[in-house]
Amino acid sequence: MRKHIAATVDVARVAESVRSIPDVAFATDYRYMCSEGGQTLLRQAVKEHGLSRIVVCACSPRMHEATFRKAAKAAGLNPYLVEIANIREHCSWVHKDKEVGTAKAIALAKAAIAKVRLNTPLTAGESPVVKRALVIGGGIAGLQTALDIAEAGYKVDIIEKSPSIGGKMAQLDKTFPTLDCSACILTPKMVDAAAHENITIHTYSELEKVSGYVGQFEAVIRKKARSVAVDRCSGCGLCMEKCPSKKAASEFDEGLRTRSAIYIPFAQAIPNVPVIDREQCLKFQADKCGLCAKICPAGAIEYGQEDELITNKYGAIVLATGFTTIDPVRFGEFGYLHHKDVITSLEFERLTNAAGPTQGKLVKLSDGKKPKSIVFVSCVGSRDTTERGKSYCSKICCMYTAKHALLVKEKYPDIAVKVFYIDVRTPGKGFDEFQRRAVEEYGVEYIKGMVGKVTEEGGGLAVHASDVAAGTKIVAEADLVVLATAVTPSSDARKLASMLSASIDTDDFYTEAHPKLRPVESPTAGIFLSGVCQGPKDIPETVAQAGAAAVKAIGLLSKDKLLTNPCVAHVNETTCSGCLACEKVCPYGAITADYKQVNSKGLKERRLIAHVNEALCQGCGACSVACPSGAMDLRGFSNKQIMAEVDALC
Amino acid sequence: MVYNYYPGCTLSTKAKKLDIYARAAAKALGFELAELKEWQCCGAVYPLAQDAIGERLAAARSLAAAEDGKLVTLCSACHHVLKRVNADMAANGEICAKVNAYLGEEETYHGQTEVWHYLEILKREIGFDEIARRVKNPLTGRKIGAYYGCLLLRPAGVMQFDDAENPGILEDFIAALGATPIIYDYRNECCGGYLTLTDKQATGEMVGRVIASARQKGVAELITACPLCSYNLEVNALGTEMPVHYFTELLAEALGLKEEETACR
Repeated sequence: MRKHIAATVDVARVAESVRSIPDVAFATDYRYMCSEGGQTLLRQAVKEHGLSRIVVCACSPRMHEATFRKAAKAAGLNPYLVEIANIREHCSWVHKDKEVGTAKAIALAKAAIAKVRLNTPLTAGESPVVKRALVIGGGIAGLQTALDIAEAGYKVDIIEKSPSIGGKMAQLDKTFPTLDCSACILTPKMVDAAAHENITIHTYSELEKVSGYVGQFEAVIRKKARSVAVDRCSGCGLCMEKCPSKKAASEFDEGLRTRSAIYIPFAQAIPNVPVIDREQCLKFQADKCGLCAKICPAGAIEYGQEDELITNKYGAIVLATGFTTIDPVRFGEFGYLHHKDVITSLEFERLTNAAGPTQGKLVKLSDGKKPKSIVFVSCVGSRDTTERGKSYCSKICCMYTAKHALLVKEKYPDIAVKVFYIDVRTPGKGFDEFQRRAVEEYGVEYIKGMVGKVTEEGGGLAVHASDVAAGTKIVAEADLVVLATAVTPSSDARKLASMLSASIDTDDFYTEAHPKLRPVESPTAGIFLSGVCQGPKDIPETVAQAGAAAVKAIGLLSKDKLLTNPCVAHVNETTCSGCLACEKVCPYGAITADYKQVNSKGLKERRLIAHVNEALCQGCGACSVACPSGAMDLRGFSNKQIMAEVDALC
Repeated sequence: MVYNYYPGCTLSTKAKKLDIYARAAAKALGFELAELKEWQCCGAVYPLAQDAIGERLAAARSLAAAEDGKLVTLCSACHHVLKRVNADMAANGEICAKVNAYLGEEETYHGQTEVWHYLEILKREIGFDEIARRVKNPLTGRKIGAYYGCLLLRPAGVMQFDDAENPGILEDFIAALGATPIIYDYRNECCGGYLTLTDKQATGEMVGRVIASARQKGVAELITACPLCSYNLEVNALGTEMPVHYFTELLAEALGLKEEETACR
């Protein structure tokens, strides 16, 4: 349990025991040091006792370093003359015995005092902010963030890897709990984004490389060859009609129908310009055909097009890479691979969508007939602690399953609908009422229990499951089985995280700078998080978070200059041997080397010397550890300061 | 290549075919099964109780007797018991210490032996492609269903045999022999096992469902690696029947060894 510091540390005794240390002019304890009262106390003490250094024994510097630096500055001290001894996370929270805790707090305080003696005043530099944002992902999260930033008057580029913006929301039929048509509320936003003077959209594009830092990112974007000239194509669709290669599985329709090799993913796609899938195209695979080029009235087909690399500078980057769903093949018991009538919820969305492969007619994929009974299985891969699944709750499945069940019953009251569940989780405005309507008004049968196996019996399917309430094993007949597969982050999330040095968790969701207080920022400055890439969430939550990420990005872009962290590495040129061990370990590419004239033991010589680009250096200290001669040192955390701390502790 | 071989009791009585064809096929494929000098019954049923030490001794003794590296098994039940006891010896310090105290050998045994099923040798050491090349009488046109049962597959974490819910090793084996593998839903369901001793009706219903599910998909014959599954399928099925063979029998047939059956004996 997380307790108050004073519960396991005798703070008065800590103050008492450091008071007699040489150079300590004043020591006291105060219950709420970070409050206005505590800060006033600090300012007064500086004035009254003429203090030149401050040590605060309190919470982690991650929590309050900025607070106390500001207080020191207000008292006329250089903010880097403040040290924090972390006696909360590192001490009171991990000890139960007050004696032990107090002794450790005293030791930590002594170490901080030893370090602060060697602190030197540091001045933060300045770096300019490029007034342009990059949004990665063109789904509802990315679009909302881009629109909000653009509305505030800043330029935004969106990059989207698929041929059209729109993302997963474009594939959905209705949205819960209001049952709005998903496309009807999404497409106007897509159009707004495309038409906005401040927004540039790069579809069929991916991030190739990123360098730089907050305010000054430089991104290389790979615009994949579309093989169609966007400026000439009128979107007439003749090429798609005539294309003889029509066997590719449509990504937009979840493989429920095929598409041509030259294709526009869906009717409302933006841009309304086709792309040639070169893997499927006869021209590219066998140098045959070429029909689309012959018939295109605008002469827009360009087989010779190559990928294009664009380099741009950005002040802020927003990750909005969205999600995918877990592969149901991993869960062999449901027989997804072997039974055509076992489908995923996303496939069900396409199957009930008026613009989908069956024009919204609900049929079995095996024989095209209307099902008489449907079984929905929730938590397929969610809340699954085995290595096959994900331990988290995917959050949206209970509601979309209730939506599916209710919509089936509304349109086809004669179809029997059952839902197998572990728990029904419906927190949200109007959510629980919605799920209850499905049960009470529409007669959807909810059964608490897990499904163990789906088999083929006679002409249909049999769902073997447990009924926990009755304590029995049951077999439910079903013509169609719908699996609510777990939400998982986009497959490129990890690659992008390493490209941007953004933190990521073991499930590949991006990590926030603080789970409660900074939920839309990545710990890496200038990188913001929008939508499901940070964790499972529904559409309204995604839109809210997208707006919050936009506000944070706007806050950054509105500044002309940013203060840089002065705690960066620097080289002692006389002792640097030019081995460049530092360059190898630097994760930020901040170290380069040049031949320089140096004075070494009275001799002038020209040799290789490491050089730190202070704008790129993040102050991690890896180089100062790697340096064999101690020439590399970190300001604010110098080798001498660290050794002084160690000496004080041992 | 010579492998330590653990045949198990049933293979010298009721399930002789499983054994003789495996040895013959091994010879034809260029490896040898060297029967452990002193093997004893595996225990037949894996003891689920953590403190059942006596029930683990026989298996542990055979495992310790396989001195270098791999121990090859054939019967599903033996494979299951040996593999799980071996996992206990490697990962459960308390069981390992107590078993060793009873064994009283000079060297302690702590799960060094790798337990391999004959099928795993075929797949990973010989290769199904290589077997396909050695086939003399391809079983073209025969629609064969693999019956895994449960002992080879579960618990998946310990057995590490194949995907427990959607296995493929036997289907790949069938395809290598030139026959057509047919996937049906009940191929990894239980046959009833030893329930046959006390409740023939229940076992009958269980294998009945297996055969019906296979027949529905067009299976004409079943193969298995387990003498008990084979027994239940052949003897207990209620109101239905289907030819059941050991997988080694089919292997011998495809390799052209079956006509030499007498010689094998």
